[in-house]
Order: sequence, then structure tokens, then C-alpha cells
Amino acid sequence: MLSGSRIGRRAAWLALTVAVVLTVFPFYWMVRTALTPAADLWTDATSLWPHRPTLVNFARLLNLVGPEAARAAGGSGARIDFLLYTLNSVVYSGLIAVVQTFCCAMAGYAFARLRFPGRDVAFGVIIAALMVPPIFTILPNFVLVKQLGLLNSLPGLVLPSLLMTPFAVFFLRQFFLSIPRDVEEAATLEGVGRWGMFWRIVLPMSRGPLITIGLTTVVWSWKDYLWPLLTGKGEDSRVLTVGLGVFLQQSPNTAPDWTGLMAGSVLSIIPVLLLLIFLGRRLVQSMNFSGIK
Amino acid sequence: MTRQAPTHLAGARPEAGTDQRQGTSAPPRRARDDRRVAWLFLLPVLVGFVVFYAYPTIRGVWYSFTDYSLLDEPAYVGGDNYRQLVGDAQFWNALKVTGYYVVVNIVSQTVVALGLAALMHRLTRSVLLRATLLVPWLVPNVTIGLLWAWLLDPDLGYVNHLIGLTGLDTTLSFNSPDWAMPLVALVNSWTFTGYTALLLYAGMLQIPPHLYEGAAIDGAGEWRMFRSITLPLLRPILALVLVVSLIGSFQIFDTVAVVYGGKAPIPETRVIYYYIFQRAFTYFDMGYASAVAMVLVVILGVLTTLQLRMLRASSSDLG
Repeated sequence: MLSGSRIGRRAAWLALTVAVVLTVFPFYWMVRTALTPAADLWTDATSLWPHRPTLVNFARLLNLVGPEAARAAGGSGARIDFLLYTLNSVVYSGLIAVVQTFCCAMAGYAFARLRFPGRDVAFGVIIAALMVPPIFTILPNFVLVKQLGLLNSLPGLVLPSLLMTPFAVFFLRQFFLSIPRDVEEAATLEGVGRWGMFWRIVLPMSRGPLITIGLTTVVWSWKDYLWPLLTGKGEDSRVLTVGLGVFLQQSPNTAPDWTGLMAGSVLSIIPVLLLLIFLGRRLVQSMNFSGIK
Repeated sequence: MTRQAPTHLAGARPEAGTDQRQGTSAPPRRARDDRRVAWLFLLPVLVGFVVFYAYPTIRGVWYSFTDYSLLDEPAYVGGDNYRQLVGDAQFWNALKVTGYYVVVNIVSQTVVALGLAALMHRLTRSVLLRATLLVPWLVPNVTIGLLWAWLLDPDLGYVNHLIGLTGLDTTLSFNSPDWAMPLVALVNSWTFTGYTALLLYAGMLQIPPHLYEGAAIDGAGEWRMFRSITLPLLRPILALVLVVSLIGSFQIFDTVAVVYGGKAPIPETRVIYYYIFQRAFTYFDMGYASAVAMVLVVILGVLTTLQLRMLRASSSDLG
């Protein structure tokens, strides 16, 4: 590979190592803080490993200790239910990813393969929506969800992005265009209808792009903050990101409850980390598979 | 909702013209059936589009010409909101601050990502390395904001501890007017650099290896190869990545909303997204917020057109 000097090669590896350390260390510090008893925060702020490691910060976030013990461990004693928030986040991002991917695949297929009047206009209008930044539609969508009486409920939370995003339609259509036409023509001769063609032939052939867009949707909705912040304030519909924000504001004293916040932060990344571990190769490789040719 | 078209998905683009023969070889009955079936296939997406994209867009434009506090019905006020906008120092400040953020963020992120991608491209194909670099992108911005608010805590933050060790007499803090915006920009660059590097790396994989081999035989050094082979051949992808990051960075909100502990940011970091949010949901001034958002629509409309052109989303490849 590198034909240059040994020194240059070493310097290059050193640069990559620095990048990895800079990427990983903040997360290490997050875990380290989460394992520190709140009482030790001032006395033990800089050692690389806490002198008295503890799991109590996690325990109080998951409501495994009573409010008294939680207060003693540095919490505000206010009810905070990270297990519920995690569950809400899983439902929120899972539901959106599955339903949206499926609906957009159907539409993408129709736009790519079916002939009907108004097709190009309909597609053009949907693509034009890419130009409208989310904040612009968030304002009226908030009013709409409010008028429908769906504020602070899971349906109100998921509805706006449940069925589609213009980008997913665009992306899947582009992929379906590239499927060889012969496959479908052969199936037509066998008497397979349009639905059968989509369901039994096109979808299985498109596993890669479907997983790619599904995964990306999971990640984006997992990270989502502004919309759930506006519409999911109630305890029952609160997702993790909003829960962390609420937790931050609930700090009992002047200083934030850093050990608890870092424990919550750790909880908020475990699920996406699991996703990366089990589907990491897929996720990382999807970047070259789609490889912006 | 705050979702930006991810660049790495942009590529599943077939060669233009694969769809030229659309339907011509199908029998007429099939074509008639297709019409009926097509609208059924489109139904869920059309419902979603009309109710949550098209209708809200029209409503948003209408709100921008009204006085609307969320409690009463919107009252038409003509161009008043826009006239007020021109003399609104906070609005101009938000635009200025956002522009500053976008420039610092894009430059630092792209330069470092380009370097990282080139190093990976010439040194290693390790999936583990790439997965590691992707982690900050996977994590919610809220978590990132909290993490850096903690690392940069003036009293106990580890970064400030390290600065203290070097003997420098500086404290980095989001509350310092001088440091706030550079810090927000750096934190977000930290979040997205790995992701951007992977996109550029994916682009570099498309460059035929024999070009490098040939150049190496001719005695070209690594720097020369980067300048004469990698950069020129990467240009289209680099341009696309730049535009997508630009669009994304105009929409910075989460980090700013979190690093101040849920309180409003200082003027130096009150970006346009936050200003819109504040107008709409703190002051309940939906009409004015919509007018400010319209400005963003215009700015991002230009950029998105550029992006779509790069993705060649023109209807020319429709059959």
C-alpha cells in the first residue's frame, strides 16, 4: 500500500490512532462518570477510574431504588422512568422504520414500474417536498396534531413520519428502476399478478436497500428530539432523548446531576450500539454498497 | 422529523435510461390493470404526503401572513411579519450566528474527514475502525450535547482539567461568549466527521487502484497521488457530501438546546432553528415563526435544488 517512507507510514498510523482515541475517549468518560458515586464527584473528578465504582446511578434511573435512596445518591427524587422511555423510543423508531419502509417501497415500485396517468407529476411533487426544511412543517403539524387531540400520545408522535418521507420514496424508486425487466416479464408469463410480483419477487430481491433505508430510519428516529419534545411531553409518550432533557432540567441543586445524566446517556446509546454490533457490517458496508457512483 | 436525506443512500442510482421501455412491451390489458393497481400501491404514501407534508406546507405559508398565538384563530395581517423581520435584530443575529456556525462546522468537518478517508483508503480496510468512527453519528445529539456539556463543565469537566495540566489559563465553556459558538461547531464536527469520512472513503473505493499503482511506479509520492488522483476523481462526491452537510448544518438545534441545561442559549449561539422554536413555542407567535422559517425555506430550497441536481433526480430518468 504505502510505498512512501517508513516515517510517513508511522505518522499516518499515528494520525488514525489519534482519531480513534478522540472518538472513543468521550464515551469512555461517559461510562466512567456513570460509575462514580455522586458524592465523589468533587473529590474524585479526574482519575481515569473511579475510586469507588458503583452501579447506583443506573439503579436509580431504572427505579430499582426508592426515592429516598435516589436522593441520597444525588438524584432529585423526582420520578424518572428510563425503562419506559427506552421502550417508547424502541416503539417509536421501530414502528416508523417498518411501516415507512414498507409503504415507501410500495410507492417506489409504482413510480418505477407501473404506468399510470399523473405519475411524473405526482413523483415530482413528492420530490419537491425535499426542499421544505422540517421546521417549516413542524409548526403546522404541531397545530394539526393538537387539533386532532393527539398531543402527548404515541399516535400523535409517530403519525407525521409513519407513512412516508419523500427521500425514502425517491431512494427506493431509484433502486427498483435498476432491477432487470426480464425478471418481471418472466413472472408475468407465469401468471403472477402485480401484487405477487412486488411481494414475492421484487421485495426479496431488494433486501439490501430495504435494510439500508430501514436502518437509517431507525437511527434517525432514535436520535429525533425536536418533534418528540413538542408532542411527547407527557410521561407515557416520552422518548429517551426527551427524557434526558427533562432529567437535565430537574436537577435538584444548582449543579446538574452529572452522574445520573451520564448513566442515562449510557442507556440511550446501548440500543444503537447493539444495532451496530449485530448489523454493523451491513451498516458500514451499506455506505460503499450504495457507494454514490 | 428533523431528518436530512442521508448521503450514503444517494447512490442506488441506476444508469439513466434503464426505464425507457416502460410498459411498451406489456399487453394493453396489463396497462389498464396497472392504472388501478398503481393508485392502491400509492395510497398510504399519498395520504401521508397530503396530510403531513403538502397541507402543512400550505398552512405554513398562510401562517406567515397571519398573527397566530395558537389560542385564537390566525388573523390575516398581510406582509406585516416580513416587514417586522427586516428590522428584527435578533433575527439578523440568528442568521449571522447560523452562517458562522455553518462555515466553521463545514470547513473543520470536511478537511479532517478528507484526511481520515485518505488515510483509511491507503492504509487499512478495517471494518472495526470504520464502525468505531461511525459511533458518534449513531448517538442522539441530545446525548452528545450532554456529554460535551459535562466534558466542558467549567469546574469539573475533564477537558478543562487537561487544559489546567498544560498550565494554560483558559476555561472552555458554552457560557463564554467567545468560546460558545466555536465549541458548538467543534462538538458537531466531532459528531459528524467520522460519518463524513466514511462517505468520502466509500467514494475513494470507486477509484481504480491501477491509477495509484501506475503513479507509484512513476515515483509519485503519497501527497502527489492525493492531489493528482484522489482529489480530482473524488470531486463529484465531495461536492455532494458538502451540499448535504451544508443543508444539515443549517438545521442545528439539538446540541444548542441541550448544552445550556434546558435554558435558552446565549445570543452568540441562538441559531435560526432555535429562534424559530422560541418564537413559536415560548412566545406563541406562530405567524412570525413561520415567516422566519420561510427564510430558511428559501435558503435551503436553493441548496436542495443543487443536491437534487447532483443526485440527478430530474424527471429525465422517468420512463
